[in-house]
Amino acid sequence: MAISFEATRSTHDAAAYYNEVAREQMRPISRKYDEAEHTLPREWVDWYWESGRKRPPSTAQLGEETDGMIQVCVQAEELCWGDAALYLRMPTPALGGSAVSAAGTPEQREKFLTAFRAEGGHPIWGAMAITEASAGSDAAAIQATAELDETTDEWVLNGTKIFCTAGEGASQAEGGFVVVWATVDRSAGRAGIKSFVVPAGTPGMKLVGCEKKLGIRASDTATLVLEDCRIPRDHLLGRAEVKKRDSKKTADKGFKGAMATFDASRPIVAAMAVGVGRAALDFVLEELERNGIVVRWDAGLHDLSAVERDLIEMQAELQAARLLTWRAARMLTLGKANSLEASMAKAKAGLAVTRITQQAVELLGPRGYSTQLLVEKWMRDAKINDIFEGTQQINQLIVARRILDYSSSVLR
Amino acid sequence: MIDFEPSEEQQLIIDTVRGFAEAEIRQSGRDADEAGKLPEAAIAQAHELGLVSNSLPEAHGGGGERSAVTAALVAEELAWGDLAIALGTLSPSLLALPLADYGTAAQQAEWLPRFSGPSFVAASLAITEPRHDSNPFRPTTNARRDGADYLLSGAKCLVPWQDSDTPVLVTALDGDTPQAFLVARNAAGLSATPDRYMGIRALPTAQLTLEDVRVPADARLGGEAGCDLRAIVSRGRVGPASMAVGVARAALEGARDYAKQREAFGSPIATKQAIAFRLADMAIEIDGARLLAWEAAWKLDQGDDATREATMAYDQARRVSLAVTDGAVQVLGGHGYIRDYLPEMHLRNARGFACFEALTLV
Repeated sequence: MAISFEATRSTHDAAAYYNEVAREQMRPISRKYDEAEHTLPREWVDWYWESGRKRPPSTAQLGEETDGMIQVCVQAEELCWGDAALYLRMPTPALGGSAVSAAGTPEQREKFLTAFRAEGGHPIWGAMAITEASAGSDAAAIQATAELDETTDEWVLNGTKIFCTAGEGASQAEGGFVVVWATVDRSAGRAGIKSFVVPAGTPGMKLVGCEKKLGIRASDTATLVLEDCRIPRDHLLGRAEVKKRDSKKTADKGFKGAMATFDASRPIVAAMAVGVGRAALDFVLEELERNGIVVRWDAGLHDLSAVERDLIEMQAELQAARLLTWRAARMLTLGKANSLEASMAKAKAGLAVTRITQQAVELLGPRGYSTQLLVEKWMRDAKINDIFEGTQQINQLIVARRILDYSSSVLR
Repeated sequence: MIDFEPSEEQQLIIDTVRGFAEAEIRQSGRDADEAGKLPEAAIAQAHELGLVSNSLPEAHGGGGERSAVTAALVAEELAWGDLAIALGTLSPSLLALPLADYGTAAQQAEWLPRFSGPSFVAASLAITEPRHDSNPFRPTTNARRDGADYLLSGAKCLVPWQDSDTPVLVTALDGDTPQAFLVARNAAGLSATPDRYMGIRALPTAQLTLEDVRVPADARLGGEAGCDLRAIVSRGRVGPASMAVGVARAALEGARDYAKQREAFGSPIATKQAIAFRLADMAIEIDGARLLAWEAAWKLDQGDDATREATMAYDQARRVSLAVTDGAVQVLGGHGYIRDYLPEMHLRNARGFACFEALTLV
């Protein structure tokens, strides 16, 4: 291969299609569901389930090259350019699906994911429940337990999960599922942590409620309580046995395996961030252009206005984030280890769009701050990208460990 | 298809240049800075790698392998070794590439072959002007028709000025379009005063004064057709952008190695998040800046107007290289401030990217 920035036809087609979806299906109801927090965006969810899932075939010929994961990133960018919260509310397996795909057996993939491709029926969701009140970035501190009941061949889960994205839909709409992280042996530390598929509606999994948030308000961020929640034995993803602590190298592998889901998800979350940032930046550029303000790329430092300098920096920052994201995605397509690059992309994109959207509000003055426009919403939505799926600091930690060649016990 | 891996051929070039930079430039960079003199032997050796002549037309003895992306890769590796030596090594690009792109047949035939000859031939491009609002797109240096000739008047600075018998390429406003002119170094009315800067001290540079310097009409680059100064400036933004990335990478590596070995409060300072996170940020920003430079270079290779991409890349790279080299000084603390270590030189060099436009071309 060779360094190239030429997207394939298939990627161009996907971008055009999802941009149209964003314009026609998402933007018109963006404000409505930001205000009607905790209300199911019915028209969007139904439209997606009935029509949006089936993208018209690409004009690309069979066998023509595709951009692989980069195309997935482009899709996420376009849809989050539309509305990041509605994107998170799409009836898809989401992160739960990533976990099943990454760690599940072919039977498990068949069992849990088929319903998402079925014709008809009603919208369903997948979700991942990791975070607890006292275990956020430090996922190894998870307190939720899973005990095997040999008599019934069931796992019995107990604990409380918070900040579960799509957790309402995934726990309630029959056919969906929540992947719950729990420990089978607290004394084993991170080696004891396993993930379990809990189907929607399983008795013992209770929806406590959804959070009221700064942004992405149309996304259901749920608290779920597991109370003697019983699931079949074969709903465990991966292996049941806990590697002993003294065999340290292998002990880490199970947990690291679970964490590897993030290598695939972080580029997509970074692409989502880029989408929100681009929404704000595009809007500001268009709005200012209507008022006669256009960046003069050939102006000297002393001829540029402060606003033009801001706009140049914002565009460069966004593009740097996008390219880092695409690089991490490209490595995933090629089957290359990409933890470092995925964390770089996530850290860069999260911070870049946080700043870009904040700057966008500033550049439009009181109009930017007003709820008459969506810019203030994009700023509120953008901030989550620097927090979920690994905070800025967790990703810095991962990058630092990689470039310093330090283990997690040396650089804590 | 979007891809971020150099081709096999490019990787070979990267490896070769990196090996050369490590063996021949890294060590001598500091001495050269102190002495204010380029190591001629290293530059002669680099010439044998054909880093510039490879991209010149075969008809004039070059390798015919023109690629801005490859040139960007080379620029980063050389600058990782040492910025001043990198600029000196690649100075032939300043005249040879514009000649290859816009020169008339006669201009090419006269000057291009010597850049692919057995020995190194330096070159100079005079774009930057000694004023706070110097803008490469709008030179205040003026080219006035006088019969069959042009009379050039104005002032230039930051002109790489190694010994050479090639003409200096001077940009000037010709009517209302900026153009470039081949001016003999000994032309009447042209005076060159050596100048020194905070950084790149090993690279000879000159401030030029032009007082009614008379050049024939066929000294205009491209003759009647002229040249596209926009594209030259874009090439002159991507090259320095890649070099800024190289300088930043060198600074990060130095800071990383120091932080792993320097102990405080009972453990290496790299094990503390205050240091480790700063290094992580530096690494992220460097990679982002590099990809912007690559994209701009790729755009140039497509033959497109790359003004926007090149400006973003240059803008980002100079911001990043300054922040990273400053971070490196900070990580080394007091040691970062003294000249026994490299970070202070990296910082001095990095600040220069504020005005290093067109100090090298891709």
